[in-house]
Amino acid sequence: MYACLYAPEHAAAAVACAQAFSPRVEETAGGIVTLEIDGLERLFGGAHEIAAAIARRAADTRIRANIAIAGNPDAAICAARGFAGISIVPAGDEAKFLGTLPLAALDPPPEVAETLARWGIRRFRELAALPERGLVERLGPEGVRLHRLARGEFERPLVPLEEPLEFAEELELEHPVEQLEPLSFLLARLLNGLITRLGSRALATNELRLFLTLEDGKPHERTLRMPVPMLDGRAFLKLMQLDLEGHPPGAAIVRVRIEAVPVKPRAAHAGLFIPLAPEPEKLEVTLARLGALAGEGNVGTPELLDTHRPDAFRMRHFGEARNGAAVAAAGPRMALRVFRPARPARVEVVRGRLAHVSADGVRGSVETLAGPWRTTGDWWTQTPWARDEWDVELSGGALYRLVWEHATGRWFVEGSYD
Amino acid sequence: MASAALRKQLEDTIGGPLALTPRPDPELLSTGIGEVDTQAGGLPRGALTEICGPESSGRTSLLFSILARAGEAGEICAYIDTDGTFDPASASAAGAVLDGLLWVRCSGNAETALKAADLIVQGGGFGLVVMDLGDTAPRTAARISMTSWFRLRRAVEHTRTVLVAVEREPHAKTCASLVLELRRARVGWSGTPGCSQLLRGLRVGVARRKPVLAVQASFTARAV
Repeated sequence: MYACLYAPEHAAAAVACAQAFSPRVEETAGGIVTLEIDGLERLFGGAHEIAAAIARRAADTRIRANIAIAGNPDAAICAARGFAGISIVPAGDEAKFLGTLPLAALDPPPEVAETLARWGIRRFRELAALPERGLVERLGPEGVRLHRLARGEFERPLVPLEEPLEFAEELELEHPVEQLEPLSFLLARLLNGLITRLGSRALATNELRLFLTLEDGKPHERTLRMPVPMLDGRAFLKLMQLDLEGHPPGAAIVRVRIEAVPVKPRAAHAGLFIPLAPEPEKLEVTLARLGALAGEGNVGTPELLDTHRPDAFRMRHFGEARNGAAVAAAGPRMALRVFRPARPARVEVVRGRLAHVSADGVRGSVETLAGPWRTTGDWWTQTPWARDEWDVELSGGALYRLVWEHATGRWFVEGSYD
Repeated sequence: MASAALRKQLEDTIGGPLALTPRPDPELLSTGIGEVDTQAGGLPRGALTEICGPESSGRTSLLFSILARAGEAGEICAYIDTDGTFDPASASAAGAVLDGLLWVRCSGNAETALKAADLIVQGGGFGLVVMDLGDTAPRTAARISMTSWFRLRRAVEHTRTVLVAVEREPHAKTCASLVLELRRARVGWSGTPGCSQLLRGLRVGVARRKPVLAVQASFTARAV
């Protein structure tokens, strides 16, 4: 059973009125609201009582509406559009009940309405009396649809309104919270509520937003982004705790709000022969802990920059694949251990040849050397560089890279070969 | 005779026959260098390996070869860089897969490095975890307590992770399952001395100090 409210002047209020009776409400068009009323008999009684209850509710909210009840949504819509007040379309007698209505109640397309007018068809019963096959031949599928509507036989599922999904939990505190430990209990409570709601809809989240209102009225906002959708309350709580330890609010907290961005959960199927890899949920917590321990900029994956500038790289979040596959080296390569920052050095030059090097932790006479290798770059920018490099073996046997910078005229030990 | 008596005493104590089963050999990760693998057998999983040697003894070259081999097998690796000396360009040139590498810089703090290693091993899922103490002052490295080494060994036990510590001298003692000591055998130069020389590479000698059966191997790390 379906009911229809026709209230062209009170479209929004009609939706609210319908939602008071049923969770399955369709906003068919502006001012036309259709709702499923199966089960309401137990509350109100028969169709007349249900219609009367809806009419009372509409009157209470000052809505002037036609109300119709029928066995299918479109028969109810036609009756509500065509008859004033309350109409109950008897089951099985829809064609007869709707027969007197003008064709305008069907809202046909203009070209079809014009054709039907030329044929002299002005009411539902005249259209219902026409043979269906003839209508298909002349008007196509639209003709059949109108024919069935006129007979009150058109069946379709209702398209209910979807409430916008908002996953947010909020807590107003009676007493301001100053420390992070008691705040953790509140965060756990809010997160549990969010996770339950997300889980009940088979959703997860990859972004959590924390909004704290401080005692001095200032907001404190933090956003946690996860590389994969997760639904692990303990991991969320740990990530939030670590983030707040790194970025503590400046005053006591009076209001807490957490929002989750809903996404579909991760569907992963591990292969038998795929190498071991950290679980994404655990990894995020580990990375957050490492960030708190060593500093955020000190944890990540190195990415080489497309330049010849020495030691040019940047750190990015671990887990984002970008560098591409490495080129397999043929046999072991000699590695450089880079001193950061490079160690200023004193170099003695005897008869045009480097003779002795001394720097922090590096001292000895030069036994063998190769160089200089001159490199320059970025001369077209504000930060050009130019340098001469030597590979030197000192008297102790260790190998170093020695650098003379053109801009400063100074010597540096850049690193050791190992 | 003494062993039979001891066995009898043990069987009486536990109330049944003593059935000793040999401990299975640990799974090994290749170093990527045939000579070293043949002699030392590779790096054991679920155990601590120490790679020791002075400056320019080829420790980092061996390490980058291990990183490259692990990356080639699709393993996720972590590099805990105590003194910030890791050179991504060198590692990439040696074949290491930077995408699957977690780099943690500890600003010269050995304690931070130990804590980071513990966190990463406890987190699980890493195929190779490297703790580089290669430029840490020997006095600082020697101050790392045995408790810390035991904790690391316990954390890595029963996992498939290879934990490698790079140092100047071995410090983990009984906690390490394998100790490789590296020394510089020869530096390869080409060209005419004094005018057009080129650093060609480093010949490295590898001695296995633990398990006790000492074996020797060597490899050449090419510079060009």
